[in-house]
Amino acid sequence: MKKPNMRQQFTSTLSELMIVDERLTILLGDIGVFGFRQVFSDYPTRIYNIGILEQSSVGLASGLAMTGLIPVVHTIAPFLVERCYEQLKLDFGYQKLGGNFISVGASYDYAALGCSHHCPGDVGILKNIPGMSIIVPGTAKEFDILFKESYNNGKPNYYRLSENSNNSDQDVNFGKGSVIKAGNKATLIVVGPMLQPVLEASADLDVNILYYTTIYPFDHDLLQSIILNDEKVVIIEPYYSGSITVDIINSLENKNVKICHIGVPREFLTNYGTKSEHDISLGLDSLSIRKKLLNFINK
Amino acid sequence: MHITQNTYTIHKLREIVVRASSRSKEGHIPSALSILEILWVIYDRVLKFDAKNSNNPARDRFILSKGHGSLGLYAVLIAKGLIEEADINHFCSFNSTLGGHPDRNKIPWVEASTGSLGHGLPIAVGISLGLKIQNLTSRVFTVIGDGECNEGTIWESALLASHHKLDNLCCIVDYNHSTDRALHMGNLIDKFRSFGWNALGVDGHDQDELFRLFNRFPEKKGVPTVLIAETVKGHGISSMENQPAWHHKSPSEEEINVLIKEIYEKA
Repeated sequence: MKKPNMRQQFTSTLSELMIVDERLTILLGDIGVFGFRQVFSDYPTRIYNIGILEQSSVGLASGLAMTGLIPVVHTIAPFLVERCYEQLKLDFGYQKLGGNFISVGASYDYAALGCSHHCPGDVGILKNIPGMSIIVPGTAKEFDILFKESYNNGKPNYYRLSENSNNSDQDVNFGKGSVIKAGNKATLIVVGPMLQPVLEASADLDVNILYYTTIYPFDHDLLQSIILNDEKVVIIEPYYSGSITVDIINSLENKNVKICHIGVPREFLTNYGTKSEHDISLGLDSLSIRKKLLNFINK
Repeated sequence: MHITQNTYTIHKLREIVVRASSRSKEGHIPSALSILEILWVIYDRVLKFDAKNSNNPARDRFILSKGHGSLGLYAVLIAKGLIEEADINHFCSFNSTLGGHPDRNKIPWVEASTGSLGHGLPIAVGISLGLKIQNLTSRVFTVIGDGECNEGTIWESALLASHHKLDNLCCIVDYNHSTDRALHMGNLIDKFRSFGWNALGVDGHDQDELFRLFNRFPEKKGVPTVLIAETVKGHGISSMENQPAWHHKSPSEEEINVLIKEIYEKA
């Protein structure tokens, strides 16, 4: 059987949890409605196609949280994060309320729709909200595990669903990084769905591969224990390059490291086409990544 | 002149507001005074709450969406014995629980932290919906300003409240005309009616009339209610009424005595 993609998994994970947790209440921003038709029929008071008014949907969600419910808000990344930044910041972050924000579209999954639907800035922006969890799953199964582990933790949690997905599921834990492979020449810190092209690019390379699916809370201990002084470090992220560099540097305290960044550049991507075409054009496909790795490691 | 118990209290509340602002050199006095009768009637005669337990799930909820009127809310909470009168002496000081905008994590009786305009009403809509989902019969009251009605989220929430038939929600617009000089809101009764609300006009300083309308709420099944309360910024202090210079100004030592005198001269 074909594995579900992250969006399909989101629907089945939530459909499953709706049965066992009567506090869960879903607000859809007029997307993904058909997939939830059974939930609409079974729990008509706990799922809403709320409409295309993202700011008030997030505000409303915080009101739901105040009555003891656990809201889940779902829409396309730029509308959920950038349009509602202040609602996320004040209505959830500052007020210390729990809620779940699940985006689709990632950096440029909607390549053909243009910049209005791109969101490579989401992780960097949300890191400005103290206490906001940021989760970037690499596979559908990983979303399922991470969501179930965190959705009822009483905090605002952001889950970044993407079309890109790794071929294999890793053992993931909320708030923890993991070691995928050990090596000597450099340490690669890889976030979510970048693991697939990185594994393809580095199969024969003598490198550490550390895998992160939770960006906040950031697992500082793992980096501190693995990375040595004078080491070469490559940060490979599926959103704006450099979004987590500060967290990494803060983890390393007195160690000197040389850092190479691979991620989405800070520019408007005004081409259309497909997500894969953008990956190649931005040097985020496995061949381009391999070239960058070899160049950096052998320098 | 005959001074009733309530009239005396309103005068005292005005004094608390003015003195706190004068002491701290902070606070928006006119915006607190325009809502004072509304807040007082709500807390004194309308809102059901358990003074011993701010978290009682059966309580009615109140949200001051126009959070910059916080001094008015604090004065009313003091009068109801829900916060200590001494706390207002530290209004806006570094460690104070009472700030320029109310904070739910510092004051148990504050349901929502507000400040940025256009947040309280969406939250109130969410609470109203959350109560309905859980078959709870509490009511939700929120005060927004006419300037706040410039915000798109007010109208988004207005759509949501009527679509979801939130008849447990009562919004009061403090129509103190602060936005007339910027973006005129025109006839708010018609606007809210066209958004599907039960909209009524009221003199926002007439306590008995306010109480009469609150008593009718919820009067239409499946329809949220809004009271468009005609108010005056700085109401109750003649030299401050409708004087924009006072919006975010605090009285000096010399001014305070004149203002207090004016408060008690007003019927």
